[in-house]
Amino acid sequence: MVLFIALPIASVVVQSLFVQHEQVMIEVENCGPFKCETVIQADPDATAALRQSAPLGKYNALKTYTNRNHLAFDELSNIWSTSKTLFGFVSGVYNLPFYKALFFTLTYTFLVAPSVLILGLFIALGVNRLPQIVKGPTIFASLLPMIVTPLIGSLILFWMVDADGIIGATLQLIFDNPDLSLKASAPLTWIMLIIYGIWHSTPFAFVVFYAGLQTVPSDTLEAAQIDGASRWQRVRFVIVPYMMPLAIFILLMQLMDGLRVFEPIVGFSASAKATSLSWIIFNDLFGNAKLYGSAAATSMLTIIFVCIILTPVLIRTWRDFNRKGI
Amino acid sequence: MASSFKNKAPLLTWFATSMVVLWLLIAIGPFIWTVWGSFKVQGDFFSKADWRNAIYGVMTIVETGDSFTGNGYHGAWIEEEFWFNVLNTTVVVFFTVTISLTMGTLGGYALARSGFRYAFWLLILALIFRAMPHITLVSGYLLPFFEWNVWGKLSTTIVVLVAINQPFTLWMLHSFFLNIPKDMDESAMVDGCTRFQAFRHVIIPVMWPGVITTGLFSFLLAYNDFAITSMLLSSENQTMVPRIASFLGSVREQGNVMFAVAAVVSAIVPLFFLVLFFQRQIVSGLTAGAVKG
Repeated sequence: MVLFIALPIASVVVQSLFVQHEQVMIEVENCGPFKCETVIQADPDATAALRQSAPLGKYNALKTYTNRNHLAFDELSNIWSTSKTLFGFVSGVYNLPFYKALFFTLTYTFLVAPSVLILGLFIALGVNRLPQIVKGPTIFASLLPMIVTPLIGSLILFWMVDADGIIGATLQLIFDNPDLSLKASAPLTWIMLIIYGIWHSTPFAFVVFYAGLQTVPSDTLEAAQIDGASRWQRVRFVIVPYMMPLAIFILLMQLMDGLRVFEPIVGFSASAKATSLSWIIFNDLFGNAKLYGSAAATSMLTIIFVCIILTPVLIRTWRDFNRKGI
Repeated sequence: MASSFKNKAPLLTWFATSMVVLWLLIAIGPFIWTVWGSFKVQGDFFSKADWRNAIYGVMTIVETGDSFTGNGYHGAWIEEEFWFNVLNTTVVVFFTVTISLTMGTLGGYALARSGFRYAFWLLILALIFRAMPHITLVSGYLLPFFEWNVWGKLSTTIVVLVAINQPFTLWMLHSFFLNIPKDMDESAMVDGCTRFQAFRHVIIPVMWPGVITTGLFSFLLAYNDFAITSMLLSSENQTMVPRIASFLGSVREQGNVMFAVAAVVSAIVPLFFLVLFFQRQIVSGLTAGAVKG
């Protein structure tokens, strides 16, 4: 019994230790300058080879966090003092890589999540009205965009919106502009990525809502009908409140997925126009120049960021569990 | 909904149906388009002149003499040795699913029967692993892996995938085993079974629905992963998805894009059949999280 419990948990613990190991190293960076130097000397064997590939200095104290590629405090204060208007400040901040990525990640998350919710609910309501025979195939077709590998799904859409692909070429015809390319302009790239996100995530919302619709008590619906509620009022005042817990669940999942958006940026080759936090880490680690310090700093910032967003959820789950326990 | 009211609003029915049809077009259209186009040459699939070329294959007839061509597949599978990546994916996915299911069923059963409420901590762990971008975890793994010289091997990737998957697998199977009444294995043990015999003869026969659902999600995680496999595998033994990504990086000469298209279609096919056969389990797995979480 103990072994059954211990084995999987141990594997998880061992794995989680590695991440903490990384965190410990970062904490070493955080300490004062004199202390940090002694730590480097005490622990040179582990990273001797790696330091060659990262000559800029892994143990860079807090500077890794504050340099231009991350939080960029110096640049921020500089922009704040030089720019006259708020717009100037914002556009100055936008040129810093970390904030650019943060900005895109947040925009993506907070545009995709609500759209997915609304679209999913409407599709679920629509499918619910269909005759029984076609429901199965409909659900089957709807599942595909979600099940398919994100990178592959984004590639499929990317080839379609390519300047020579079907949608890209059609758009060029419509706007009568042979140079129109979705890849070339930043706003269009963002829109493309967000549309991909909606396409990819709507099936999840749809399936959950559809399953929820099957459990809506028909008594309540009939009671609402007898009271003279119109179709829309029934949806608005009976179904939507009933679906609220499901909506929160979907929203939570979408927040998590949105915050780690990564594959579509690779698939759409959109890194010049839109970067996300995950993409920055990937870019630091990929290729020959392995910037572990930089990647680790971004990872830490991302983890802190995710924790901040997840804390209310965790507190709520904790409370729910305690309530159930009593 | 009350069935007597269904036919009272033809306009609404019409609207709802057309919306669903539109959604279906958006959902599945790109797949049909790409599968169809993968049998054409690049001049058709990326046709500047007329998009209908991709349907009828005008350039394909000119170049190959037939309106369908398997050149893309031939190039991808044989010239670019995509079959080797498919083999790697099979190995990684098979072992990830097997290991995480074995540990998941044994561990989940033990946790469910031990009485103490682990569910909360499992759920929290699963949530955290779900919320963390996998790439942040990878940036933690990479350094020790280089030190130990285990980087780039399939087995390392399998271990990492299992570890990331394990909290979720445990949590799902744990809540599944909680639903199997305790009386069943207790009565088996009253009849003289040991704990393990009770598990072997009583629990295993009834646990398959839960195991299949959980296995499906482990499969999807291992199959769809890009961040972990692309970072942890050396270019000699890449799996399918990072391999397709590196197709993109290679030169976009005539025909090469079609290799990538063919590879993408090849990678979709298993998923297509997966959804076809296991639709019910996938739906129930997705909604189980919603109802219980």
